[in-house]
Amino acid sequence: MADSILHLKNVHKRFGPVHALKGVELLVYPGEVHALIGENGAGKSTMMKVLSGAHQATEGEIELEGKPYKPQNPNEGRKAGVAMIYQELNLAPHLSIEENITLGVEKSKFGFVKHEKNRVREALTLLGLSDLSPDTKISALNIGTQQLVEIARAIVADAKIIIMDEPTSSLSREDTEKLFNVINTLRDRGVAIIYISHFLEEVKEISDRYTILRDGMTCGTGMLEDVSVPEIAEMLVGRSLDNMYPHVKHDIGETVMSVKKVQGVGLPKEVSFDLRQGEILGIFGLVGAGRSEALRCIFGLDPLVNGEVLIGGKAHHKGKITPKKSLNNGLDLCSEDRKTEGLAQSMSIAVNTTLSALYKESNKGFINLRKEKDIADEWAKKLQTKCYSTLDPMTTLSGGNQQKVAIARLMNHDSKILFFDEPTRGIDVGSKAEIYQLIQELAAEGKSIVVVSSYLPELQGVCDTLSVMYRGTLSPVEPVKDWTKQKVMMFATTGQMT
Amino acid sequence: MKDKAKNKLSILLPFLGLIFVLIIVFVVILLKDSSKLKDFYSIYNLKIILRQTVVVGIGALGMTLVIISKGIDLSVGSVIALGSVVCAVILKMGAVGPVDESGNVILTEATVSGGTIVLSLLGAVAACSLCGFVNGFVTAKFGMMSFIVTLGTMQIARGVAKIVGNNERVRTPDNIFQSFMDQNPDPAWLFFAPGVWAMLILTLAIGLLLKYTVFGRYVYAIGSNEDTARLCGINVEKYKILIYTLCGLLTGIAACMDYSNLGSGNPMGAIGLELNIIAAVVIGGASLNGGEGSALGSLIGALIMAILVNAFTTLSIPPAFQEITIGVIIILAVGIDKLKHRKTA
Repeated sequence: MADSILHLKNVHKRFGPVHALKGVELLVYPGEVHALIGENGAGKSTMMKVLSGAHQATEGEIELEGKPYKPQNPNEGRKAGVAMIYQELNLAPHLSIEENITLGVEKSKFGFVKHEKNRVREALTLLGLSDLSPDTKISALNIGTQQLVEIARAIVADAKIIIMDEPTSSLSREDTEKLFNVINTLRDRGVAIIYISHFLEEVKEISDRYTILRDGMTCGTGMLEDVSVPEIAEMLVGRSLDNMYPHVKHDIGETVMSVKKVQGVGLPKEVSFDLRQGEILGIFGLVGAGRSEALRCIFGLDPLVNGEVLIGGKAHHKGKITPKKSLNNGLDLCSEDRKTEGLAQSMSIAVNTTLSALYKESNKGFINLRKEKDIADEWAKKLQTKCYSTLDPMTTLSGGNQQKVAIARLMNHDSKILFFDEPTRGIDVGSKAEIYQLIQELAAEGKSIVVVSSYLPELQGVCDTLSVMYRGTLSPVEPVKDWTKQKVMMFATTGQMT
Repeated sequence: MKDKAKNKLSILLPFLGLIFVLIIVFVVILLKDSSKLKDFYSIYNLKIILRQTVVVGIGALGMTLVIISKGIDLSVGSVIALGSVVCAVILKMGAVGPVDESGNVILTEATVSGGTIVLSLLGAVAACSLCGFVNGFVTAKFGMMSFIVTLGTMQIARGVAKIVGNNERVRTPDNIFQSFMDQNPDPAWLFFAPGVWAMLILTLAIGLLLKYTVFGRYVYAIGSNEDTARLCGINVEKYKILIYTLCGLLTGIAACMDYSNLGSGNPMGAIGLELNIIAAVVIGGASLNGGEGSALGSLIGALIMAILVNAFTTLSIPPAFQEITIGVIIILAVGIDKLKHRKTA
């Protein structure tokens, strides 16, 4: 095999007493897609930050093209040919594509920016975006195209290694396909790509080799064609995952909620479904189909233009729907975006757990802080949230544990009908399994649940019934076993049942 | 455990700042004119400093609520001027006494009844609360930035103050409320001026409000993440209006103290005071990004600024250096806050 382009040898990283990387090994060859897999907290991001120069290794060696590589800051990393594409895109929305791509590395003459439209256009053409003008403002692009612009930035910078952190987490299937085509083009040009993802099926589809991180150590590496997805999952968590989708027995009862021809501003166009007690209804759809918008309309976060919502036979839609009214009528929603909406990140776990149901621990407007902490402690214990203290801010938790707090808030509020919008987005496999278990248990308690997701296997694993969204219109609800993958994709992409 | 200690530390930080400033002042006085040390570190001077803190201190309490909820209120300086003018105008109208040849009451010989005093204070507080309500209403209902809204009401309140005060200082008959800010109060067992006590009690009240009530929790939640607050069924608009109105109410009390201090209402007064008040809140550990801040911190912030002004005056250092020093302190306070956040991240 050719010489490696990147070689990490026994790399350690300590933050004070915390030993984040405990001797990591990584070998990457030019022209390969190398999957880096690990649960949240396994040390992936620390390792990436060491590679990009944002952090410096405490111990160990890194070789880039056979030469020692010790970047002191991200700019040095960038100059050496290592480009990072973070999960949260780093683009300035008010600037144009060209301005973003050359930001920080502008060529100038007497202080005036020298345009490099041709190089930018070349890169865009390579990515299949030849019809896009370099003068287009970033804010005018959808998220998938924005991601491609980030990659164009790496190409213009002549990157030898491109590190992609969860690149598809917010992409639709179509944009994911586009991204994969781009990755293949880059691979053919001899660029090494380190691909970080939680979606194991996807990893298997795009990557050549893999390295698995667990607890800050490398615990497996090899060719992807030699392993199966369950085998990877097992290595990931260090235990067997026979039952990714546990089943808790739950009985389905009477209809508790009827949604009739609900229409919002733009999306959704027409959404109708009945939800019964103890039922878990899955709503599948591509990104942009209007699934979240449908939930948000019914819950009162987005305006409802037309249609009826009956909860327990009562007209929930009469007058204006507000989140407060929904909560009073026994309907609660877990937001898809825990960073900017679902949780108040700078506030404590305890505050976030009890925020919507403060009446439980307050008397005449005064809060009993001890009771609040007790309630939060109890939920943290029940859901096995990993934290030092429930008085710590949310920012100290990993994604999976944050999601558990978001769900704890719903459970503490104890509404009868629960909407989960992408409940497992961006969290590790272990936490995913725990959340599937929780959803099953909630149904067994008699709650009625709607789960929205763009990941079909989880809906097939968790739900009783399924419905598919196509451009704002929801398909009829059918038992999950009556939906084949083909039938689901057919409706999701064409709006036709057959 | 370590995080708990860190939490404690952040509560103590304003106190540490206070001690730091006292030490600096000590050193500066020692170097420049050590004979002034006795004057500065005296009970008498403490009474003066506290008295000088009152207007900014009470104003800062209202501003604390607004800043924690991720807003800002630039109008408080003008609103204080308006409040003090309203207070003075009502007192003037209620004056009873001998009349001069043109039929006006001779203010220097006139008196006002207790009822009129109460009415004037209520009038001032009501006027300022109304300003706060307008700020909150426009900000919340039209989703406008509080910076812009209050920049507008800053001008409006100033204009209204000039109309109400007829473009000049409004003088009033001598009355008992003017002694509210005497550093030697009557009765003597009060020790501090009644205005100082009012400030301390209000600080305690706002501190408890923020920490132990549902309202306080919502103030933090809205500032930390408005979308989350909305998702959790909190009526964000209603609470924003309440927050700004409460800020107006506290500003009104500060305006009464300002009147008591000066003995007249000045429509041209309190110019730029909003910046001192915001500075006090920021020095006290609040974050303009919302979700953070405390009543006690803001009070200490106001105290730190009063100490500096007092010390510089004691040493007859020109005001220019006061301004420079306070500027440096503000930047230091924000810098320390930034450091604190880097550690917890």
